[in-house]
Amino acid sequence: MTNLATYFDQLLFVALPYVAFFVFFLVSITRYHWRGFTYSSLSSQFLENRQHFWGLVPFHYGIIVVLTGHVVAWLIPRQVLWWNDRPLRLYILEISALACGLLTLIGLVSLMLRRLTVSKIRVVTSKLDWVVLLLLLAQVVSGVGTAVLYPWGSSWYAAMAAPYLWSILKLNPDLTYIAAMPPLVKFHIVGAFALILVFPFSRLVHILVIPNPYLWRKPQVARWYRAPGEAAGEPV
Amino acid sequence: MNVRSQISMVFHLDKCIGCHTCSIACKNIWTDRNGTEYMWWNNVETKPGTGYPTAWEDQNKYNGGWAADGSRLRLKSTSKTQTVFNIFHNPSMPTMDDYYEPWTYDYQHLFNAPEGPDQPTARPISMVTGEPINVESGPNWDDDLSGSPIYAANDPNLAGLSEEEKAQLSAIERLVFFYFPRICNHCLNPACVASCPSGALYKRGEDGIVLLDQTRCRAWRACISACPYKKVFFNWSTGKSEKCILCFPRVETGQAPACFHSCVGRIRYLGVLLYDAGGIERMARLPEEELVEAQRSLVLDPTDPQVIAAARKSGIHDAVIESAQRSPVYKFVKEWKLALPPHVEFRTFPMLFYVPPLAPVMANRGATGVENVSQDLFHDIDTARVPMRFLANLFGAGHEGKVRYTLRKQKAVRWYRRALTVGDVGVDLAERMLREADSNVEEAEAIYRLTSLCTVDDRYVIPPMYREEAIEMMRDPLEHKQGVGFGLLRGPRRGM
Repeated sequence: MTNLATYFDQLLFVALPYVAFFVFFLVSITRYHWRGFTYSSLSSQFLENRQHFWGLVPFHYGIIVVLTGHVVAWLIPRQVLWWNDRPLRLYILEISALACGLLTLIGLVSLMLRRLTVSKIRVVTSKLDWVVLLLLLAQVVSGVGTAVLYPWGSSWYAAMAAPYLWSILKLNPDLTYIAAMPPLVKFHIVGAFALILVFPFSRLVHILVIPNPYLWRKPQVARWYRAPGEAAGEPV
Repeated sequence: MNVRSQISMVFHLDKCIGCHTCSIACKNIWTDRNGTEYMWWNNVETKPGTGYPTAWEDQNKYNGGWAADGSRLRLKSTSKTQTVFNIFHNPSMPTMDDYYEPWTYDYQHLFNAPEGPDQPTARPISMVTGEPINVESGPNWDDDLSGSPIYAANDPNLAGLSEEEKAQLSAIERLVFFYFPRICNHCLNPACVASCPSGALYKRGEDGIVLLDQTRCRAWRACISACPYKKVFFNWSTGKSEKCILCFPRVETGQAPACFHSCVGRIRYLGVLLYDAGGIERMARLPEEELVEAQRSLVLDPTDPQVIAAARKSGIHDAVIESAQRSPVYKFVKEWKLALPPHVEFRTFPMLFYVPPLAPVMANRGATGVENVSQDLFHDIDTARVPMRFLANLFGAGHEGKVRYTLRKQKAVRWYRRALTVGDVGVDLAERMLREADSNVEEAEAIYRLTSLCTVDDRYVIPPMYREEAIEMMRDPLEHKQGVGFGLLRGPRRGM
C-alpha cells in the first residue's frame, strides 16, 4: 500500500469523523441555545400536499428502518451474526433491508423532483437544502449499490464496520478492516461523516427535536408567570 | 373548585355591519409579513357562506376538534399513536389552496412598460412565487352572498334544512344574510394545544389567552388540522405556526385588542369570566344537546363569596375578581343567556360567544309596519327568513332551544323599547312579552343599555395584568439595563 493511500485513509477515517462529531455537537448545542427558533422541520406540506405524501412518507419510513439497522448492528454485532447463522434468516434480513433502501431511494428522488418542479416549493428551498439532498442521494445510492454488489452486508458490517466505529468511539481508531474495503463502501462511510458534518447547520436538526414528550404528557398545557395557587403579588 | 380567570369575548351579530375594519386593523399590526400574507387572524364571513378557509366548519373534511367516544374524549385528527405515524405527512392538513394564494399587482409595469398601442395593466402576481397568477379565490370571496349558488350553497350549516327552506334563503325579496366575524376563540379545552407534539402551544394561566411559543414550534402541523375553527395558521416562510394572540401586548397595558378597538359597529365586548377548570373534561364529554348548558355551568358567579374565596386561593388577584364582577361578557353569557358559543359540538368550549342575529328575523313584516295579529307573540321567529335550523346548526349544536330562547328575549326587549319610545305597542303587551321570554323590565333596560348605549368602558372591562410584577419575579430588569432587552433578539428567519 502506498503512503498516499494510507495518508488519505487517516484523513478520511480518523480525522474526518472526529471533526464531524466535534462540529456536530458544538453547533447543535450552541444553535439550540442561541438560535432555538431555527430548530424546525421546515415543513412545506402547506404549499403542496400530493407529491409531499409520495415523497416524504416512503423516504422517512425507509430511512428510519435502514438507519435503525445500522445502529442495531453496531450496538449488538454478535446477536446480528447469530441471527444470520441460518441462511433463511439472513435472506429475510437482507431482502427487507434492501427493500427499505429502495423505498428510501424512491422517496428521496420523488421529493427532489418535487423541489425542482413545484414553483411554490422552489421558493422555500435553500442552497443548503440541495447540499443535504445531494449528499443524501449519494449516500442512499451508494448504500443500495453496496447492498447489491457486496451481499450479506448485515454480516460483514457487524463483523468489520462495527469494530471500526467502536474504535472511533473509544478514541483509539483502528483502520485494519477499513483499509481493505472496496471504494464504494469507503465512499459510503465518508458520505456518512459528511452528512454528520453538515447536519447541525441544516434542516436535519429536526431529528434532534422529535417530540417524544408528547407521548406521556397531559393533553392540555398551561404556563404561568407565577405558580398556580401562589398568592398574587408575593415573590416566588 | 379550581377557579381560573379567562379573558372572554362576546360579538353581538345584530350590530355587525360587515365592514372588515377589524380584519384590516389586525392585518396591519400582525400579519403583513412575508409568509403571513394569506393569514387573517380576524376575518368576517357572510352567512350563509363557506367562509375562510373554504368550508372550515365541515369536520368530515378537516377532522378538527374533539369526539366523545363514550367516557373518553379524543382528538379527531390525531392521537399519541397517530402522531408517531403521521408526523411526516399530516393527512388532514389544509393547504394554501383551501385558503387562497395571496397576490399583489405588478404596479411597476405601469411605469416600465415599453411604448405600445395599448394601455399597460398591472397584472396580479403571487406573493409566494412572484409569478403572474389567475386570481380564483380570496379570503372573503363570497362576501355579501356573491356567487352564492357556488359558495353559500355549500355552507355546512345548511345540513338538515328542507329544500323549501334552502330555496327561500335565496328567493327574491326574501334573500337574507348576516355577518360572522371570527377570531381565535381562546378555548377552555383547546384542540390545538392538546395536539401539539412539541408542547409549543399553551394557555396562559393568568388570563387563558392561547399562545404559540415560536421557539418551541417545530412545524409538525398538528395544530392546524386539530383546530376546528381553523384559527391556527402555518407561516410557510419561517416554517412555524402562528395564531391570534388577542393583542396581549395591548391587553396587558389596558387597551382593547386592535380588532375590538377598531370595531365600527361596536359589536365587541371583552371581559373576564371565572370558571371551574376542574369540570372541563367531564363537561366536554356530555351529549351534544347538553353542551351549551354545560359550558355555561363552568362559568362561575364572581359575586358568590365561595367563588371569591376559591379564586383567591387559586392566586387570582382581587383586582381581577372585581373586574370579573363588572364583566359585560358575564352578563351576556350567564345572566341574560343571550350569547352562545359557536359550534359547541366541536367540544373545545370556545370563549368567544355570539349573540345570534335577530335583525333578519324581524325584517319579515307586512306592509303596515309592526303587526301583532297572532296571539303567539313569538310566531314570526319560527317563520323568519333565516331558518331557525340554520342558526341552531351554528350556535346550538343543531338544537333550537337555546337559540330560540335568546331570539325571543331579544325580540321582547326590542318591543319593550318600542313601547316606550314609539308607542305603537302597548306597554302591558311588551311586559307580557318580557315575561314570556323569561325576562323583566329591569333586565330589559340593562340589555338595552349594554347593547345600544354602551361606552368603551362598558364594552371592554380589561383586568389589570400586573405583568410588570410577574416579569420582575422572573427577571431582574436592572440586569438588562443598557442591554438589548430579552425575547427574540433576531428576526424570525427560515433556517439557520
